[in-house]
Amino acid sequence: MSLFHSTNQRDSRVPGDGPAARAWRVLERALDRVCGDRDNPLRQLGGLGFYLFWLIAVTGGYLYIFYDTSVVGAHASVEALTHGQWWAGGIMRSLHRYASDAFVAVIVLHLVRELMLGRFRGFRWYSWLSGVPTLWLAVAAGVVGYWMVWDSVALFVATATMEWFGALWGFGPGLVRNFIAKGAVSDRFFSLVVFLHIGLPLVLLLMMWAHIQRLTQPQSGTTRAVALWSLGAMLALSLAVPAVSEPPAELGRLPASVPIDWFYLAPLPAIYAASPELVWIASVGLTLLLGVAPWLGRWSRPAPAQVVPDYCNGCRYCFADCPYAAIAMAPHPSGQGEIAVVEADRCASCGICAGSCPSAVPFRPGERLVSGIDLPDLTVGVLRDEVDAAFRQPGAAGATLVFACRHGARLGSAAPPNVIAFELPCAGMLPPSFVEYGLRAGAAGVLVAACAPGDCEFRFGVRWTDDRIAGAREPRLRRGVDRARVAVVHAARNERRALEDAMKSFGERLAAAAVTSVAGKSSRREFGESENGR
Amino acid sequence: MAGKLLRYGGQGILYLLFAAFIGYFSTAPAYQHLAPNEGLLRLSFRHPGEFATDCRQRTAEELAKLPPQLRAQMDCPRERSPVHVRVELDGQVLYDERFQPAGLRRDGAASGYHRLPIPAGEHRLRVQVNDNARVKGFTHEGERQLTIAPGQVVLIDFIADMGGVVIR
Repeated sequence: MSLFHSTNQRDSRVPGDGPAARAWRVLERALDRVCGDRDNPLRQLGGLGFYLFWLIAVTGGYLYIFYDTSVVGAHASVEALTHGQWWAGGIMRSLHRYASDAFVAVIVLHLVRELMLGRFRGFRWYSWLSGVPTLWLAVAAGVVGYWMVWDSVALFVATATMEWFGALWGFGPGLVRNFIAKGAVSDRFFSLVVFLHIGLPLVLLLMMWAHIQRLTQPQSGTTRAVALWSLGAMLALSLAVPAVSEPPAELGRLPASVPIDWFYLAPLPAIYAASPELVWIASVGLTLLLGVAPWLGRWSRPAPAQVVPDYCNGCRYCFADCPYAAIAMAPHPSGQGEIAVVEADRCASCGICAGSCPSAVPFRPGERLVSGIDLPDLTVGVLRDEVDAAFRQPGAAGATLVFACRHGARLGSAAPPNVIAFELPCAGMLPPSFVEYGLRAGAAGVLVAACAPGDCEFRFGVRWTDDRIAGAREPRLRRGVDRARVAVVHAARNERRALEDAMKSFGERLAAAAVTSVAGKSSRREFGESENGR
Repeated sequence: MAGKLLRYGGQGILYLLFAAFIGYFSTAPAYQHLAPNEGLLRLSFRHPGEFATDCRQRTAEELAKLPPQLRAQMDCPRERSPVHVRVELDGQVLYDERFQPAGLRRDGAASGYHRLPIPAGEHRLRVQVNDNARVKGFTHEGERQLTIAPGQVVLIDFIADMGGVVIR
């Protein structure tokens, strides 16, 4: 049986292949049609979170200049900012508020996306686990921010938060006395609040930094379009509905109706609807559940990439291409140059490193093809053997050779005839020289089916594949290869029809080219560009 | 050109919808903390009850059993009494609870907190406290005629230095 499962065989399940993942992909693709895949905010939620964080930090810095850390001055200074300089302080305050709300919405969406796409298990455990505390830190920083205004909402938030924490062992019911007894709130309290409102986001930033440590070229920002549209939306909201304060806090009064910010303060009504203890159980329980999620359920982890020292020349291509910073460079045991070293815990077993290795060239003589870095269970040597075997079959010459990403669209039983297909863990695993090898082995054309841009299971598989085939990144597809017989198709998991259509269209073009070639009329110019299956 | 305009228009609508979502849930729906015609009674105190038992003189046999450095004549258990609080509004018992002293040996102060929403208007509030397990009934009492406005918060405290029950 082929190790590189043919897409003609029965579909096997891959992580993130359930109805939740399909639903999310439908949503993302719908938004692609409006925003374009590059500027789709759903595809850059993490980066958008970073962007909003900096927007909050900048606007918060401006507000801090004018904030008075005293019982009497806190509310008054915020009012002066809001109304006295509405054109600057007022807008800054509104931006600060709405960007903070959007920040919570974005990080929750980010979590939901990764959960629905099944991207939290295995090698991703660190990124997932380090993201969980950011939820608590973001909410804590926001709740403390509401205290600073010291209006009636602030008093409600302060007392309700203390009632909630008072249910914890070690705090006790006396905690709330800090906000209800006469004279309990002093000027120093506001200095403490400012300290917390700056300190907590700094810890949050530290966690966000830790969160992206196992990524190469992490997306800690957005595309210009998303940044401008987001800023514009928050600005429009700030001008249309400026953030304002309620009347100053009075310890002897609480309004019956409190206009709370549900992004940050939703747990507080819950402590009255249920009980503080129940809300603790629910929130801590949910946090623990999120924390252990990577280890729940059955998950078989494929073997990590392995380096063969005799074939590694320390070129650093795999080091540069690994999406998860799982490869480091170390002195070569031979004493000359460097060697790639794989950190197994970080390795996604995507094979992108094998695709980047300049020694993974199928034209190399020898019975067995050994690459400098490879997946032990799915080596490029075996791939070459299987391509050879496939084209030794009678009638195989002239077939279309397909290299398809296992996580992208699959042809299944509906694969057209005269197609020889191989599945790879990621399109990025394909060394570009295999395209030329397939053509020389007898294929009429070679089609590489990758995931949709922005939906790559392993972050850079689509990008590196496109660049390598286009000759823009090492290792490059040789310039002499007839590009008319090569196509790269982008099709997401649930876009089988797009892949089938692209294959059909590619087959027709190859057939037409063959006819015109026989007639002695080269028509390369007609189909000289790569396919786009979308 | 038309496609470009359509795309910009679509993005504009999407981002405005997102902004509307953020703007709405930023302050709405308002949380009805109390009914419109309600005020709030808050019981909050921190008070060490009296010692639960008297000191007693140890017998000669008891003293002999103790190590020499621990042979104190008087045995004074540190356990404190729970604080029993009863709140009556217009003659009806609104809240009745015993708060246990803190600490593994129950030798700390008892702390209590409870929210009691009450209808606005004229009320007779009576608060009784017992902080001595050896005394039957209540040891402290406070009573006040109150006119509660909607949203008004009345704090019931217990401060021994101020005579016990404090209503403010």
